[in-house]
Amino acid sequence: MSDLTRTAPPPGSAQAQGPGSPPVGAAATDAPHPRLRLSHLEALESEAVHIIRESVAQFERPALLFSGGKDSMVMLHVAVKAFHPAPLPFGLLHVDTGHNFPEVLAFRDRVVAEHGLRLTVAHVEAYLADGRLTERADGTRNPLQTVPLLDAVAKGGLDALFGGGRRDEEKARAKERVFSLRDDFGAWDPRRQRPELWGLYNGRHRPGEHLRVFPLSNWTELDVWQYIAAEQVELPSIYYAHEREVFRRGGMWLTAGAWGGPKDGEKAERRTVRYRTVGDMSCTGAVESAAATPEEVIAEIAGSRMTERGASRADDRLSEAAMEDRKREGYF
Amino acid sequence: MARPPLPGPSAATGSGGRTVPATLLRLATAGSVDDGKSTLVGRLLHDCQAVLADQLAAVARASRERGLGAADLALLTDGLRAEREQGITIDVAYRYFATPRRRFILADTPGHVQYTRNMVTGASTADLAVVLVDARGRVREQTRRHLAVAALLRVPRLVLAVNKMDLVGYAEPVFAAVALECAAYAADLGVTDVLAVPVSALHGDNVVHPSASMDWYSGPTLLEHLESVEVDEDPQALPARFPVQYVLRAPESGPDAGYRGYAGRLAGGVLRRGDRVAVLPSGRTTTVAGIDRLDRRDADLAVTDQSVTLRLADDLDVGRGDLIAPVTATPQVGREFTATVCHLDARPLRPGQHVLLRQQTAVVRAVVRSLDARLDLATLAAAPAPDALEANDLGQVTVATAEPVAFDEYRDNRRTGAFLLVDPADGATLTAGMVGALRAGGRP
Repeated sequence: MSDLTRTAPPPGSAQAQGPGSPPVGAAATDAPHPRLRLSHLEALESEAVHIIRESVAQFERPALLFSGGKDSMVMLHVAVKAFHPAPLPFGLLHVDTGHNFPEVLAFRDRVVAEHGLRLTVAHVEAYLADGRLTERADGTRNPLQTVPLLDAVAKGGLDALFGGGRRDEEKARAKERVFSLRDDFGAWDPRRQRPELWGLYNGRHRPGEHLRVFPLSNWTELDVWQYIAAEQVELPSIYYAHEREVFRRGGMWLTAGAWGGPKDGEKAERRTVRYRTVGDMSCTGAVESAAATPEEVIAEIAGSRMTERGASRADDRLSEAAMEDRKREGYF
Repeated sequence: MARPPLPGPSAATGSGGRTVPATLLRLATAGSVDDGKSTLVGRLLHDCQAVLADQLAAVARASRERGLGAADLALLTDGLRAEREQGITIDVAYRYFATPRRRFILADTPGHVQYTRNMVTGASTADLAVVLVDARGRVREQTRRHLAVAALLRVPRLVLAVNKMDLVGYAEPVFAAVALECAAYAADLGVTDVLAVPVSALHGDNVVHPSASMDWYSGPTLLEHLESVEVDEDPQALPARFPVQYVLRAPESGPDAGYRGYAGRLAGGVLRRGDRVAVLPSGRTTTVAGIDRLDRRDADLAVTDQSVTLRLADDLDVGRGDLIAPVTATPQVGREFTATVCHLDARPLRPGQHVLLRQQTAVVRAVVRSLDARLDLATLAAAPAPDALEANDLGQVTVATAEPVAFDEYRDNRRTGAFLLVDPADGATLTAGMVGALRAGGRP
């Protein structure tokens, strides 16, 4: 068991038998009849571990993009397991937009402290303060993360960044490689991407270039939650149902706060909500939900008729190619 | 409309009422826009309820903007702007859907000849390939090429989706003729097990739901087959192969002081504690003292595709790039071999070219000794000694390496028999290779 795993409930307890499932791998009993094929979660976990180990072997200075959100938490959990009992051989990097949820930042810092990890934070607000970046008219800061990110890559001499991106999130991401080559400007050129065959990942690159590595490429939102339930991965509280002051904008429930809402004509009200994704407060919407445990979240997602980005991300709605354009500009 | 019941937490109830974990099936689809491939994939996702309201709304909006009447399901899968503008699929796209019994990873690959390399990419990890053919067009060159690639890459299972049955009046004889012609061609390639399914992707016949218009067909729908087909042979039939990825050492001050393990992912077979093994290419032997899985220290065994850490009984010089295998079934070790290749890069591959060879976790300097043949995918004829292999060309080469490499024939192991040639200067992936000669019929 990794040190990020909370203590499992005793066998036979209600929780252990619930729909949350046993820990990944627990079904693969050795005797008397060993199961010789992996379950789908075991297969995804083994693939992610392989990708992370492959990166550490091939790159000089990788870092893991860590926001404290569920995908980065799962990625960290898998990475810790991949190297146990050796310590994690790379540090964490977070680009703070200044509009991040305080609960998530506190959670991020607690995870880092509890597990003795190294975290570097790049602040968008520092760039806004000295004029290197300018606030956008729509107030969203997600696109502003690119420059601080690339500066952190250059300053840290980083040659690879682990990202929690998944191919099921969005259709430009569906074409993303596991090892994604970026030029000196961090830009993604779909026509320059290397073919990836047989699980052979080629991380060789020219000086100045770096790679983004996506160990969870083949996971879906449901897989992530099933893994969280099975492995008891701890998450920030806002992923579960809670009461919050929110207001309606662009068909989404946004959280009220100093970042810029509600404005005239928008009415704040208290609702029981949770977040399916956690990003910048200005463009991440909450969904009305009573799901308070991973198991309840799994049941909710299975019945959902919206994708997580469609339900909760304003930045993807800008155009049909919004994500493709941001990837080309060096976004994750 | 609710999505189908949960595929897990990897649980579905088997026939005996016992809980069986859901498994993962990787499949590749090949075919072109003209054959209706994107429509078929869109239909599969749509009818499995893997397409959600906001995605459908986006497709409906885009279809209207293009002046199309009904929502064009093909727009679900063409992710890049250039693809939507040109109405073609350029790159491999990965799609995900699930049923209670299986989770599917679908590599959606383009059909045009200039994108053969993308089909090769999708097929390299596939357990099953779906080749799409237009019921009206009989078996065109393109279909033959797709079947040949699936056969070359040794995709274990092949399904022929005979599409656009609605345009031939759902006529059984049309389907039978196409299926027969494909089966004969596949047999030439050494593939005898092909299932043909008559479908209409546009109307959904036999994709997920059985067709009301083809009562003469009693076989499974495409999805029923994907859900139930046995894809892998007994993992114990293959000898164990363990490429060493990374050496793990615990901190000297901690509770695991002195721990030294070899991390890797099993590339074949089953490895057990106590197995006598050889470390290749050196050939030194030792015993597997312990297997630490991700979930548990000191497990009895590890299976194919499982990431584990091995502990060895003896203190040998073992590092990244070494291959651990049972002493009773070691792979070949050598510095020169013949291989079937697909060239991927826009710059041609030439005899005498210096490259890096990446095979599992090993990277060695290598030279392309000779180009032995170039395969015409339409006729399966091999032209000897070409001057160069261009992008999308398939052929046979002889490669020599600076250091010994442990490898299997690709027909014996799709992982340890596969390699990439990489440009030492810019790192580009140049060529995909499979150890073994190009055989009569095109299959390595």
